[in-house]
Formats: sequence, C-alpha cells, structure tokens
Amino acid sequence: MSASIGFGFVAACAVLSALFVVRVKNLVHAALWLGVTLIATAGLYAMLDASFLAGVQVLLYVGGVSVLMIFGVMITRKHDGLVVEAESTSGPRGVFAAVGLFAVLATSIVMTPELDGAVAVETVTARHLGRSLLVDHVLAFEVVSLLLLIAIIGAVVLARRRDHGVERKELPAPRREEVSS
Amino acid sequence: MTLSHCLILASALFAIGVYGVLTRKQVIAILISVELMANAANLVFIAFGRYRVPSAVGAAPGQLFALFSLALTVAEVAVGLALVILLYRSYGDTRVGLASELKS
Repeated sequence: MSASIGFGFVAACAVLSALFVVRVKNLVHAALWLGVTLIATAGLYAMLDASFLAGVQVLLYVGGVSVLMIFGVMITRKHDGLVVEAESTSGPRGVFAAVGLFAVLATSIVMTPELDGAVAVETVTARHLGRSLLVDHVLAFEVVSLLLLIAIIGAVVLARRRDHGVERKELPAPRREEVSS
Repeated sequence: MTLSHCLILASALFAIGVYGVLTRKQVIAILISVELMANAANLVFIAFGRYRVPSAVGAAPGQLFALFSLALTVAEVAVGLALVILLYRSYGDTRVGLASELKS
C-alpha cells in the first residue's frame, strides 16, 4: 500500500515536471524542470530495484545532461535580455498528436492481458550488471565506448570555431565584431 | 505498482516529449523534449527488467539495455549541442525554422 502511494507521488512529480518542461516559457527553467523529471525517474528506478541505474541516472543525467543543456542555453542566448524565451507554436495539432499517441499506447497496454501476470524477478545487483557487461556482452560494451569516443570527436569537430568554411548569415548586431575574414 | 502502471507512466512521459518536439521552436527546447522521450524509453527497459511476463523466453537484461541507451543518449546530447552551437554561429539564432536552405 505504501509502495503504491509512493509510486503515485513520484509518478505525479514526473508527469507534472515533464509538463512544465514542455510548457514553461523560460528555457533555463525548462532545463531545470527536466532535472526534476530525471530525479523523479531515478526514484522510480530505485523503486524498481535498479539502484545502480538510479545512481547512474542522477550522476549522468541530472549532473551531466541537464547542466549541459543549461550551458547550451547560456551559450546561444541573445545578448539583449536575461530571459531566454522559448517560443511554442500554439494550436491543437501538437496536443492532438500527443494525446492520440498516449491513448493508443495506454489502450494497447491495458488490452494486453499478459502484462497483468508479470512477476517480479530477483534483484539485479551492480555485481551482476558488471559481470554481464564485461563477460557476456563485452563486444557491445567496447562498441559503445568506441561510439562515445566518435561522438565526442564529432562534437568537438562540429563546434570548433572555424575561421573559414562556415558562411555567416544575418549576424545580430552584438556579435558583428566577431566576424573573421 | 505493477508493470502496467510503469508502462502507462512511461507512455505519458513519452507523449509529453512528443508534444514538446512538435510545438517548440527553439532547437535546445526540442533537444530537451527528446531527452524526455529517451528517459521514458529507459523507464520501459528497466520496468521490463524488473518484471517478468510468464510467456517470455529467456532472461531480459533490461538494466543492461538501459545502461547502453543511457550512453547513447549522452552521445546524442553531445552531438546535438554541437549542432546547436554551429546553428547559432551560422544564423545568429537557434530557431529551427531558420535552417531551411535545403528547401529551395
């Protein structure tokens, strides 16, 4: 009983903060609400007996990704104001798409009787995870590490300041002095 | 708290992410919404790693999948933010409607 109350509370936190993420005007606030959603999800992971994943989620997502997002907002903001406005298209199409998708997914989940018979398996500890990561699935592990390396190199190559090659279009006034030949 | 509850919560989070992707105009806001969707998918992986459907064949290493998809998402964020910075440097703004040169 108390577990379901806790689940309901954390789920409500996650959904509410996710709604704030997509609706709030200020982009920095959106990134911070994303952090709240990610922390709530980490709580869910802990409830699902995935404590190692919960820790990784807090370290990597809350500490890494949302901070990176805030950096991105700060770097690419206009110089003329403190608040970064996030424009959204108004109109019912987005709502229709999201509600329709949720309706389809929820009905298909509810209509699947096999899900009700699901039983909890024994807890997967970090020890099991590490063993299967480095013994059974070591090839996938290495491929992922290679992919991370490639992604980092690609990000550096993309974001590097180039003195030629990238054309500049309609630069805003405050950045005009940075135009290089 | 059962498997169905977790799956319905994950679909709600995913739908909210879809709404954000469809309605936001700023590239970073769209990236944040994509994060929401990836997070929901991860929740599904972990829920299926915790609960076992009787008709399932073999062990489902849900947490392992979730770990890999975490790493992939971080790589995606790094490349995506680099693209945002490139867009800002080229156009001076980060609205998605600006980068429409391939249209014409």
